Amino acid sequence: MAYIAAIDQGTTSSRCIVFDQSGGIVSVAQREHRQIFPKPGWVEHDATEIWTNVQAVVRDALGHASLSFSDIAAFGITNQRETTVVWDRQTGEPVHNAIVWQDTRTDALIKRLGDQDRFRERSGLPLATYFSGPKLRWLLDNVEGLRARAEAGEVLFGTMDTWLIWNLTGRHVTDVTNASRTMLMNLETLDWDQELVEAMDVPRQMLPEIRSSSEVYGTYEGVPVASALGDQQAALFGQTCFEPGEGKCTYGTGAFLLINTGSKPVRSQNGLLTTVGYQIGAEPAAYALEGAVAVTGALVQWFRDKVGLISSAAEIETLARTVDDNGGAYFVPAFSGLFAPHWRSDARGVIAGLTGYISRGHLARAVLEASAWQTREVVDAMNADSGVDLTTLRVDGGMTANNLLMQFLSDVLDVPVVRPIVAETTCLGAAYAAGLAVGYWSSTDELKANWHKAAEWEPSMEPAARDKGYRKWKKAVERTVGWMDEDDD
Amino acid sequence: MPGPIQSIQRAAEVLKLLAHGGAHQLSVGEIARALDLAKPTVHGILRTLQEVGFVEQEVEGGKYRLGAALFQIGTSYLDGNELRAKALNWSDTLAMRAREAVRIGVMHGKHVLVVHHVFRPDNSRQTLDTGALLPWHATALGKALVAFGEWPDGELQAFTRHTLNPDQLYVAMNEVRDRDWAYDLHELVEGEASVAAPIRDRRGVAVGAIGISGPVERLCDSPDQPPRLELVSYVREAARSVSRELGGLSW
Repeated sequence: MAYIAAIDQGTTSSRCIVFDQSGGIVSVAQREHRQIFPKPGWVEHDATEIWTNVQAVVRDALGHASLSFSDIAAFGITNQRETTVVWDRQTGEPVHNAIVWQDTRTDALIKRLGDQDRFRERSGLPLATYFSGPKLRWLLDNVEGLRARAEAGEVLFGTMDTWLIWNLTGRHVTDVTNASRTMLMNLETLDWDQELVEAMDVPRQMLPEIRSSSEVYGTYEGVPVASALGDQQAALFGQTCFEPGEGKCTYGTGAFLLINTGSKPVRSQNGLLTTVGYQIGAEPAAYALEGAVAVTGALVQWFRDKVGLISSAAEIETLARTVDDNGGAYFVPAFSGLFAPHWRSDARGVIAGLTGYISRGHLARAVLEASAWQTREVVDAMNADSGVDLTTLRVDGGMTANNLLMQFLSDVLDVPVVRPIVAETTCLGAAYAAGLAVGYWSSTDELKANWHKAAEWEPSMEPAARDKGYRKWKKAVERTVGWMDEDDD
Repeated sequence: MPGPIQSIQRAAEVLKLLAHGGAHQLSVGEIARALDLAKPTVHGILRTLQEVGFVEQEVEGGKYRLGAALFQIGTSYLDGNELRAKALNWSDTLAMRAREAVRIGVMHGKHVLVVHHVFRPDNSRQTLDTGALLPWHATALGKALVAFGEWPDGELQAFTRHTLNPDQLYVAMNEVRDRDWAYDLHELVEGEASVAAPIRDRRGVAVGAIGISGPVERLCDSPDQPPRLELVSYVREAARSVSRELGGLSW
């Protein structure tokens, strides 16, 4: 009996999960890597450490289940998006630490590049610090001699998928979903866009070849490496959202709502990103609209680590259940500004509605409710852009273990919230795409048949209470904007 | 050896009473009535417990509830929400393999509290029953928990003609301890069966149980036979995986 192994190269750790044919988990291995903070706002990873960890988690995951490489039908890859690394083609040595998606060092560069919407038509993205293109440009401008070496073809650029595939198979490729986050790819042609590449001023010869998300890129230890998808796109795939209008929201550090919009890119009028959802082999690509909320699980972690009222993330539910409501308190966690749909970098966090009545139980409620209200804002934007109202929200990620949050989410969205039976949809998506490429699974229909409801929460809030809550939430959001001044760092 | 210290016994009674109340808070008068103690006695106990952080009041002069310090020191105390978070992957996998609904339970007073529920993977209409209470003596979850814990006092209601009486239960519990898994056959609902195994923390204490339940036709080869061994092995494997997640097993 053969299995599929998914490698999830994430922001804080690398994992390998082995799946069986029904999509069930056979074994899991995980290793964390160092977060390097050279300056405020800068975040780096050691790409060599990550590659070492990836080899180790693959070995561990196989070992836990007493499997060998010959038991694995294919490897699939999913990864933290936008994180950028450049390495020497001959030695494989990175020329600098990888610059992580959260890193804001390209802030000044972004401002110089001009209007926020300058590249939106071609790339689907607003000018912002996350995307890989500006990070690559920063490396070319700041690592001595790098531009000359890049022009001479001595160094290669990649996001983490590319870095891993290069190390695993020797090929220099990326997939359409990761390429769609560089701000260098044309959404229509799915190839590097001459105008974008020139505007960002990066040498074309250091860019990888753009391939589909589901095909055999090469082999590692005799096993085909057969998929690559950015983490959020992988979750969309794992939730089997293959039809236009189907979408999912993944709750981790932040929350990411992606809706499949079919074979045409849809430009957002409401602050969402246009991105590639996936591409299976030679089939046409499926596009997606994406709404990103920066802080959801991160707020619970902050409450645990910086406030100390709970000792584990799961305890927030226990604390929140000591009271019946938020007592009038609203917590807007605009820790580094507001993301979709507001895009206000001058906003900072606010707890509104404080009175002497508010206890820590109410604060715990407000912390959880923040994730739900932020989702509501993104869903509203999504409904406006697509012209169709969401009828069910498919959720995944660690926070779906929180029953109180899931019920509240259903209440404020006024639609059923459904968790699929494998909450690890990111890894599952990478496994599915790899399994399709090697014929382990025959079709997307077979994958859809694997999707099962594990839990469902039905809305039960009175419309008047929902409307009042949303009104108060919006008032709290208004109070976050414009906090930062020119002389603030 | 000195005899038991009455004031500590009484303090323990107060804490147990507050624990059973859950989120429901109690006044001095309510506690005094429930424990048949004088109000000043209860007040004194509460004040001492409040000083050490084992109980707390929302407002001065208001009702009492368990305090944060108690949660922090209670090493055998495992937050049900925590257990659910740690068990998520393995309960999903169990539901998929067994093709049946999965529940995780912990003891809550005399009952089994369902802290996690995964639907039977057939996309049929099902309702989440997280938070529900089940009778321990007529469910596999309850037997797996009580076999490795304390026998709760109280009447054992007969739900069907198959519900075990205390003598039969006593024998059954020895078997559970030998085999390390439990089952129920028509004991709660005629025609239904369940299988469960204990989840252990790093000290080897059974802090919860995980199991499946469903119609006898699907779980058993015949209506009077225990559940199929294949299903039992899935349940035990899931229990071991969750235990490993809690640090209860090193392999």
